[in-house]
Amino acid sequence: MTTHAPQTAQSVTLPASLDEAVAALTAMPAAVPVAGGTDLMAAVNRGQLRPAGLVGLGRINEIRGWQYQDGHALLGAGLTHARMGRPDFAALIPALAAASRAAGPPQIRNAGTLGGNVVTAAPTGDSLPVLAALEADLVVVGPLGSREIPVSHLLAGRDLLAPGELVAFVRVPLLHAPQVFLKATGRTGPARASASVAVVLDPARRGVRCAVGAVAPMPLRPLEAERWIASLVDWDNDRALAPEALTAFGEYVAAACVPDPPGGEQLSPAVLHLRRTVATLARRALGRALS
Amino acid sequence: MSSDATTAIPALPFAEAAGAAPEAEAPRQGLGASLPQADARAKAEGTFPYASDLWAEGLLWAAILRSPHAHARIVSVDTSAAEAMPGVRAVVTAADVPGAATYGRRVADRPVFADGLVRHHGEAIAAIAADHPDTARLATAAIVVEYELLEPVTDPEKAFAAEPLHPDGNLIRHIPLSFGDPEATGEVVVEGLYRVGRQDPAPIGAEAGLAVPRPDGGVELYTASTDPHTDRDLAAACFGLTPDQVKVVVTGVPGATGDREDPGFQIPLGLLALRTGCPVKLTATREESFLGHAHRHPTLLRYRHHADAEGRLVKVEAQILLDAGAYADSSSESLAAAVAFACGPYVVPHAFVEGWAVRTNNPPSGHVRGEGAMQVCAAYEAQMDKLAGRLGIDPAELRMRNVMATGDLLPTGQTVTCPAPVAELLAAVRDFPLPALPKDTPEEDWLLPGGPEGAGEPGAVRRGVGYALGMVHMLGAEGTDEVSTATVRVLDGVATVICSAVDTGSGFSTLARQIVQETLGVDEVHVAPVDTDQPPAGAATHGRHTWVSGGAVERAAKMVRTQLLQPLAHKFGMSTELLQISDGKITSYDGVLSTTVAEEMNGKELWATAQCRPHPTEPLDESGQGDAFVGLAFCAIRAVVDVDIELGAVRVVEMAVAQDVGRILNPAQLATRIEAGVTQGVGAALTENLRTARGLVRHPDLTGYALPTSLDAPDIRIVKLVEERDVVAPFGAKAASAVPVVTSPAAVAAAVRAATGRPVNRLPIRPQAAVAAP
Repeated sequence: MTTHAPQTAQSVTLPASLDEAVAALTAMPAAVPVAGGTDLMAAVNRGQLRPAGLVGLGRINEIRGWQYQDGHALLGAGLTHARMGRPDFAALIPALAAASRAAGPPQIRNAGTLGGNVVTAAPTGDSLPVLAALEADLVVVGPLGSREIPVSHLLAGRDLLAPGELVAFVRVPLLHAPQVFLKATGRTGPARASASVAVVLDPARRGVRCAVGAVAPMPLRPLEAERWIASLVDWDNDRALAPEALTAFGEYVAAACVPDPPGGEQLSPAVLHLRRTVATLARRALGRALS
Repeated sequence: MSSDATTAIPALPFAEAAGAAPEAEAPRQGLGASLPQADARAKAEGTFPYASDLWAEGLLWAAILRSPHAHARIVSVDTSAAEAMPGVRAVVTAADVPGAATYGRRVADRPVFADGLVRHHGEAIAAIAADHPDTARLATAAIVVEYELLEPVTDPEKAFAAEPLHPDGNLIRHIPLSFGDPEATGEVVVEGLYRVGRQDPAPIGAEAGLAVPRPDGGVELYTASTDPHTDRDLAAACFGLTPDQVKVVVTGVPGATGDREDPGFQIPLGLLALRTGCPVKLTATREESFLGHAHRHPTLLRYRHHADAEGRLVKVEAQILLDAGAYADSSSESLAAAVAFACGPYVVPHAFVEGWAVRTNNPPSGHVRGEGAMQVCAAYEAQMDKLAGRLGIDPAELRMRNVMATGDLLPTGQTVTCPAPVAELLAAVRDFPLPALPKDTPEEDWLLPGGPEGAGEPGAVRRGVGYALGMVHMLGAEGTDEVSTATVRVLDGVATVICSAVDTGSGFSTLARQIVQETLGVDEVHVAPVDTDQPPAGAATHGRHTWVSGGAVERAAKMVRTQLLQPLAHKFGMSTELLQISDGKITSYDGVLSTTVAEEMNGKELWATAQCRPHPTEPLDESGQGDAFVGLAFCAIRAVVDVDIELGAVRVVEMAVAQDVGRILNPAQLATRIEAGVTQGVGAALTENLRTARGLVRHPDLTGYALPTSLDAPDIRIVKLVEERDVVAPFGAKAASAVPVVTSPAAVAAAVRAATGRPVNRLPIRPQAAVAAP
């Protein structure tokens, strides 16, 4: 007798459209959707995940590109990091392109997708601070039709995906202004972020939006620091700021995202370094965005 | 001995300085040729069968249950649920080991399976054979183990006073070396406390093996062993078999930087095969690999250097504490190297070095390339920088005033009899032109710390230059018998080498081919696969195969040559030395008499077996004195780094290497070995540290354990290879792999020190230690 069969995935479905994918997931609620598989299959190989079935999303062409929709881009969840890193995409959403180019070695970037990065919701996911700073919305499709939820609601666990639901698109505003994504890692080659910062300018609304990744389970927004620095920028002329203002912004962001422990305890040297790193990244990112 | 015996190696990325010598035409074969590895193509194409690719009809899959705790008493192990699972064929625990319950390379202090007590995270508790790897893994989860948690001892300084973790006690070895006058003092005194982290060998291929039971009750183990005969003996003792009933067949080694394929993987595998009567295969996951094999000894070092006003060393006092983990393994040998080389390749009239290797509940430590010597190099070179800073002397100049040469004494009282061209090496890296400053190149071509398109900002980058000198011993030390045996056979113009020296990627099999080509003049040389039916050749560590196995191959080849030429010499009426073999022809020295090898062989098959045994060594005595080492190798490295002083990000720009190699046997292979060693050293300097929290390994994967990538690997300039033949070594060649690993981390640390002005007293260098005020 052999026990080969019970442990292998029972079924692999390869739907060609979102409707078919939703139908496959509804028909088999224990099945797991898989796109690039860069996180999911690693967990399977480690024996941490034994999905009863897989629904492969790689053949759904409608989520592999993007379209324009009243001042927004509707990005397919199946866009790979490699595709988003290319110059035509960088012209649209520069920070997302920069995050995609930093998202790992070429093999990972060729396979890993935007939707996967969102749904895996790893603290170090490189696209997440960018989506948070852009205040992106997710278009979720499911058996009851489609709905939209802010990306931060999904990452914070305020709004979860229901059984049979899939992230189909990510709606991102087109701001036509500089955006910067910076990350600090332990080595020169591709590595996970120890801290990352996304800064986007929104000249139409005269806003600066910033998000800090990898320091908390989800990207953090230093809202007060954003409002303060936006009030200093001369939006109608040269947007440059004095170096002191950039430094103060960096420290403001860092103090908000790497807070002092309650009760007046001392920060450990490692946490102090993390705070200094966030301050440096935020200062440099804003400086590059405004230059 | 001449000091200008530097050879230029054409068609290689060697530095311009070496290229100044006239380009000689490289030999096509034999010694000095850049012969490629015979299996390079198969390995590059992925067709080379490693142990993880092996298959046998009806094989079962093994999985090992490992402890999730660092220190715990095992109250009970219930395997009944696992045994009842369909597909599970055998479950073995400590109670099922038929022979010796413990094993170990030097001291048998490690249980095959934890018996009543768990001493480190990942210690094996049980092994399962099942008909599918997933079944085996699921079955390990069905074994119910009741633990009673104990407080782990994770601080080696507290191991002395802690309750014994092992019946053998917590102190594995103590060496109080004393050399010279304890009352001597210098005008200048500098002190420092240094820490070196836990580097993992991180082989590209995780441990794997196949055990096949034999009809006679024995078992064959197909593994990537680097010391097959020792592994066979250890396994046989645990199986309750005689060594001749166990055969270890060495499959290709997918990466090794020291001992590999710890018997901890092989013994459970063999037990399962003997128990089930079926072939059993084990392929370790990356996590198991990190938890199961030995690491570099984390080390705590405390130093005090005394010097006179000119910077000449007067006395070195040091305390060295190696964290051996739960079991002894090769810690005693590592400690001997650490203590003996604690002062580095410098003349030190008075030295007082106390070393300890202690047991803790941290992951096990063992032999990784340059063990012991690498940790002390980081510390003594930091002290030399500190001394240079105190005296206001250039760091390279301070080192130059202290370097040792042939004839000087080690602190162990041993005279350095081999070539020790340390001053020449240091001068070569010091005088080599520095890499161009990035201000001369467009900014986009400048790879900043933090990587391409990273957070790096040129204004925050500081460049630093640092020097380090390293030394390492070759072959086993302190009286180990370093014998190797080789057989050479010639038939129909094709030679075969049979030698159980395992090629770990160090290129020994290529050298063996070159040696036979050189001696016998035959083109086609094959190196037979290794198994334990062949005579032993010892462990593939300390560069010993270049020396002893190479020596044995040469002697066997010379004996074959004599057999071939003796009748001819007799016929011509001249001695065999006056005949030469090349391109399949035998010619006399004057070219008058000539015949072909094929004619002379006349269908005969010639065999010869020879041994090589280097001159004996002695153990260090109770005050750390003794002629413990056969040979020494030296290296000088100048590191150039860029540091982003706000983020603490470091990028190594260039490593200029000058090395004492004795003689170049294969230029291309030598360059590769040096580059590999430097890169491993850069990893140890910047990123490689297997972190633990209360004895638990925190990130046993290649995401958490950051190896250098191609972007982290610096430009490596081999500035000078000093060829002063070591008269006691066969061919005069020195092993080249270990000494760059020893020296590189210290050089990188020195350069970061120069760039930031920070003390940098811990390896790997954490970003917060490389942050500086602008």
